[in-house]
Amino acid sequence: MFPNTIKKIREGLQSKEFTASEIFAHYQQKISKEDGKIHAYLRTFDFVEPAEGELSGIPCALKDNMLVDGTVATAGSKILENYVSAYDSTAAKRLKEAGALILGKTNLDEFAMGTSTENSAYGPTKNPLDLTRIPGGSSGGSAAAVAADMAVFALGSDTGGSIRQPASMCGIVGLKPTHGRVSRHGLMAMASSFDQIGPLTKTVEDAALVLNVIAGQDVFDSTTVPRPVPDFTELLNKSIKEFKVGVPKEFFGKGLAPEVEERVKAGIKVLESMGAKIEEISLPNFDYSLAAYYVAVPSEISANLSRFDGIRYGYSDPTAKNLLETYTKSRGAGFGAEPKRRIMIGAYALSSGYYDAYYLKAQKVRALIKKDFEDAFKKVDVIVGPTAPNTAFKIGEKASDPLALYLEDIYTVPVNLAGLPGISIPCGKGSQSNMPVGLQIIGNYFDESRLLQVAHQLEQAL
Amino acid sequence: MLTDTELDHIAKLARIELKDEEREKLKKELSSILDYVAKLNEADTSFIEPLQQITGLINSTREDVNRNEFPANEELKAKLIDQAPQHEDRLVKVKAVLAHK
Repeated sequence: MFPNTIKKIREGLQSKEFTASEIFAHYQQKISKEDGKIHAYLRTFDFVEPAEGELSGIPCALKDNMLVDGTVATAGSKILENYVSAYDSTAAKRLKEAGALILGKTNLDEFAMGTSTENSAYGPTKNPLDLTRIPGGSSGGSAAAVAADMAVFALGSDTGGSIRQPASMCGIVGLKPTHGRVSRHGLMAMASSFDQIGPLTKTVEDAALVLNVIAGQDVFDSTTVPRPVPDFTELLNKSIKEFKVGVPKEFFGKGLAPEVEERVKAGIKVLESMGAKIEEISLPNFDYSLAAYYVAVPSEISANLSRFDGIRYGYSDPTAKNLLETYTKSRGAGFGAEPKRRIMIGAYALSSGYYDAYYLKAQKVRALIKKDFEDAFKKVDVIVGPTAPNTAFKIGEKASDPLALYLEDIYTVPVNLAGLPGISIPCGKGSQSNMPVGLQIIGNYFDESRLLQVAHQLEQAL
Repeated sequence: MLTDTELDHIAKLARIELKDEEREKLKKELSSILDYVAKLNEADTSFIEPLQQITGLINSTREDVNRNEFPANEELKAKLIDQAPQHEDRLVKVKAVLAHK
């Protein structure tokens, strides 16, 4: 039997219980045996000798919107079916330099747009705990790979919940760092002022170990901050006695499934029993966050995805008669339904005559939401609530209604609107669905250390 | 509900050719999303500046020195240009930008 966490595998490798190639082969076998029914991976890689470092010999997976030099990266889209990366994303580069071994690339909603991984052009990923249900999304492949132990850890990207929500659906840990903490260089841009790369892991400690490697300023991403990167494991074992924990009353309103509310409230009780001070708080503009998100994000998408023009890379329609047709036909055939919807909403929100009413208004509301959080963090150390309003739903159940899917992100999008760090940890299973419930903890800017501390302490007590 | 003229205008801005069978569905979906986001109008934003960025970084520029992380060589050039669906030698082929009517 092989262990399945970074910490334990590192110990096993150091004490020579097994070698890096043995543990890699073990995971390859698991993938070939189990991924046929789950479909977490889009493609897998061979063993290479690992570098010496913090993650030496640890097998991991990367979401397919991150570049790995010399390999195909599709972002779950037909338009990039044959696209080969010409360089490493900074996150992949830092993992490789730390000795991590990449098992393969994982499935996602097309260009990371979705909450169920049903929007992938390469078919849906299934939840390993119940194959009739979605694994969450958009990092559904990464979450399913970790939950089924087909990878020790995985990287995902989170624009409105795409790390935390699938982690919640699959019963694992998912961390979205502060915007500017981890370089986005080589991550295919969806909404640049929201996107952030982070780990999906089996334990909070593993999340801290991965963040240690991928965090930090990068000359290729001018939005990364010139701040020292602490050892994120340092505070994990310290008591959270007297910590002030804010519980926003808006997170427990209409739309929250009773089975989720029950588990999350039980988790909050545990925090209280550990000596944390629970305090009800308010985020007065919470109600507007999803609307602000679905204007600001599509606006950035319409700009970012303009690069898929049928000329520089990706699919190009051979029947185009002129330059304009090269654009319109290649994009019309190459993009799936959700990118089309969002590009068009964004084009509309940014168009002459509508810019003030939509884009500018959304950016003002975004400022209000950021201020709500800033006010809250004057009073509390962390904020706690549900990660998602429901547990994993059935594949196909909400596929015909884009708005119903958008609502699944209602508790995670405010965190991206404000650029804060957030984590989802498992807190039991729902009494109705018997599927995992995620508890979300939101931290102050660049305060991942204490965020992880609270998450680790609660994880140990649950 | 969006009109056909509005849908055509948005599709043109987005540079996306729509198939006939997509149109009705998109009109409905885009309209319901736009109806939903109209909720923003209820928020009082009269005294707030729009958010432009998150981290407060100002003039985030690199040092003005030669950067050598991606040394240009034949291999890298080939990797990049080979991605273009139509290319010849080391050039990307594009349809005429200024064409005769």
